[in-house]
Amino acid sequence: MKYQTQKIALIYFVTAMALFAVQVLGGLLAGWIYVSPNTLSELLPFNIVRMLHTNSLVVWLLLGFMGAAYFILPEESEQEIHSPTIAYVQLLILVLGTLGVVVTYIFNLFEGNWLLGKEGREFIEQPVWVKVGIVVAALMFLYNVTMTSLKGKKTAITNILLLGLWGLALLFLFAFYNPENLSLDKQYWWYIVHLWVEGVWELIMASILAFLMLKLTGVDREIVEKWLYIIVATALFSGILGTGHHYYWIGTPSYWQWIGSIFSSLEVIPFFGMMTFAFVMVWKGRRDHPNKAALLWSLGCATLAFFGAGVWGFLHTLHGVNYYTHGTQITAAHGHLAFFGAYVSLNLAIFTYAMPILRGRDPYNQVLNMGSFWLMSGGMAFMTFVLTFAGTVQTHLQRVQGDYFMDVQDQLAVFYWMRFGAGVIVVLGAILFIYAVLVPRGEIISPSAEDPVPAE
Amino acid sequence: MSEVMTKSMARNIFYGGSLFFIIIFLGLSIHSHRYIVTTSTTAAPLTEAVAAGKRVWERHACINCHTLLGEGAYFAPEVGNVMERWGVLDDPEAAYDTLKSWMDSQPTGIEGRRQMPNFNLSDADVRNLSEFLIWTNKIKTQDWPPNEAG
Repeated sequence: MKYQTQKIALIYFVTAMALFAVQVLGGLLAGWIYVSPNTLSELLPFNIVRMLHTNSLVVWLLLGFMGAAYFILPEESEQEIHSPTIAYVQLLILVLGTLGVVVTYIFNLFEGNWLLGKEGREFIEQPVWVKVGIVVAALMFLYNVTMTSLKGKKTAITNILLLGLWGLALLFLFAFYNPENLSLDKQYWWYIVHLWVEGVWELIMASILAFLMLKLTGVDREIVEKWLYIIVATALFSGILGTGHHYYWIGTPSYWQWIGSIFSSLEVIPFFGMMTFAFVMVWKGRRDHPNKAALLWSLGCATLAFFGAGVWGFLHTLHGVNYYTHGTQITAAHGHLAFFGAYVSLNLAIFTYAMPILRGRDPYNQVLNMGSFWLMSGGMAFMTFVLTFAGTVQTHLQRVQGDYFMDVQDQLAVFYWMRFGAGVIVVLGAILFIYAVLVPRGEIISPSAEDPVPAE
Repeated sequence: MSEVMTKSMARNIFYGGSLFFIIIFLGLSIHSHRYIVTTSTTAAPLTEAVAAGKRVWERHACINCHTLLGEGAYFAPEVGNVMERWGVLDDPEAAYDTLKSWMDSQPTGIEGRRQMPNFNLSDADVRNLSEFLIWTNKIKTQDWPPNEAG
C-alpha cells in the first residue's frame, strides 16, 4: 500500500461483504419460498424477502464501488484522499440507513408515513429519510474523491471512474420524483435503473477493470486507457438510447420499439469489448502477478458479463421477442447472470486484488478464493440455464397458449427445485469467498518455485 | 490499433458522441412524456382515487411479488390487466366487489400454494386500488400483454 488513506477501502469492503452475505441468504430464502410457498408466509412474506435480496445487493455493490474508488484514487492521482474523516462519516451514514431499511422492511414500521415508511417502487423502496441519507453520503463521497482527483494527477481511469460515480449520484435524484401517472413514473424510474446498470455503472466497471489490468498485466498505460475510452464510448452510445427496450409496453410511443431494439442490440458491443480487452491485456502482459485469484475474477467478470448482460440481454431485447417474454423467468435469468457477471464479479475482483495489500500480507488464500469463483460462477450459470428453460416454457404456455399464471407456475416446479440447488452452491461459494479473503493466514498450496517479476 | 487511433481521439469520440446521444435521448424523452400525458393514458381520467390507489399499491410493496405492465417480481400474476381478466374493466362496482372479496380471502393458507398476505385494507383503500388498476388497464401499451393471462 503506497498511500495510507487507501486503508479506508478496507472497512468499505468488509461492510460490503457482510451485506453480500445477507443478500445471498435472502436470495436462498426466496428460492426456498418458490419451492415451499408456505414458508414464513405470514411472518416474512415473499415481497419483504425480495426487497432485502435486491436492496442489499444494490447497497453492497455501491459500497464496493466507493471502497474501490478510495483504493484506486490515491494510487492513480498520486495523492492521499482529501479527508479520511468524511469517508468514515459517509460510511456510517450509509450503514445507519441500511440498518434503518432492514428494520423498516422486516417489521413494517411506519407504514404509509411519507418520511419514515417504505416507498413501494421496485428497488427504491427505501423510506424517504434513507434516500436523503444516501444523497448526503453520496455528496460527501463525491466531494471527497473529486477534491482528491483535482489535487492530483488526472488519468483516464480516474476521469471515467469519477464521471460514472457522478452520473450514478445525479440519476439517483429521480428516486424523489414519483408522479401519479404510472406511465410517467415508469419512464423516469428507468432513468435510475437502466441508466445505472447499462450506463454509468459500465463506466465504473470499465475503469476498475482497466485499473486491474494495468496492475495485473503490466501493459502500457497508453494502451489500457485507449481501450478504456473506446469501451465506454460504445457503452454510452448503445446504452443511452438502449433505454428504449424498457419503453416498449408502458404507454410510451411505438418508435421506441425500433430505437430500443437497434440500440440495445448494440449493448453487446461494450461487454464484448471488455472481454476482449481483458484477454488481450493478459496475453500481451509480461508481468506474472502473484495474485492469480484477482486475475481469475477479472477475466471471469468480463466473460460472465458478456454472457449475462450481453448475450442473455440480447436474447429477449428485440421487441418482437420481448412482446412474448417480457416479465417472465427469462428476465429473471438475465438479471441474475448479468448482475453476477458484471457487478458482483467486478467487486469480488477488486476485493481479491486489494485485500491482501490492505492487510499487508501475501495474497492468501488463492486456492480457496479460486474455488469460490468456480462454485459461485458454476452455480450462477446453472441457475441461469434452469431459469431460461423455465422462462421458455412459461412464455409458451402463458403468452402463446394463454394458460393462467399460477397454472403455469405449478408446471415449472422442477426448474425451481434446480434453481434452489444452484442457489445453495452460490451461497457456499460466497461464504467460502468471504472466509478466504478474511481469515486464512497461510497458503494451502505453496506457489510455484519460479520467481515472479515484482508486482505493484 | 495504435496506428488507427490515438488516445486523445478516442477520448474526444467518447465525450462528443455521448453528448450527442444524451441530447437525442432527452429530446425523445420530452416527446414521450407529452405522448403519455396527451395520448396513451387519457382513456380514463387520472382521478384522486387513482392517485390514492397508486399509493396503496406502493405502500404494500405489491411490485415485489406481482408484475405491473410486465415489471416487478415474477412470483405472482400480472395485474396490469387483472380487471380485464376478471371481466370487470367497465364496471367499477363489480371491480370493487371482486377485489374486495379477493383481498378478504387472503391468505388462503392452502398447503403448497403461494400465499398473498392479508394487508388489512380499508374499504376506501380497496376502492382506490381498484380504480388504480382499472386506470392502469386502460393505458395504451402497444397491445401488451398478448392475451388476458397477462
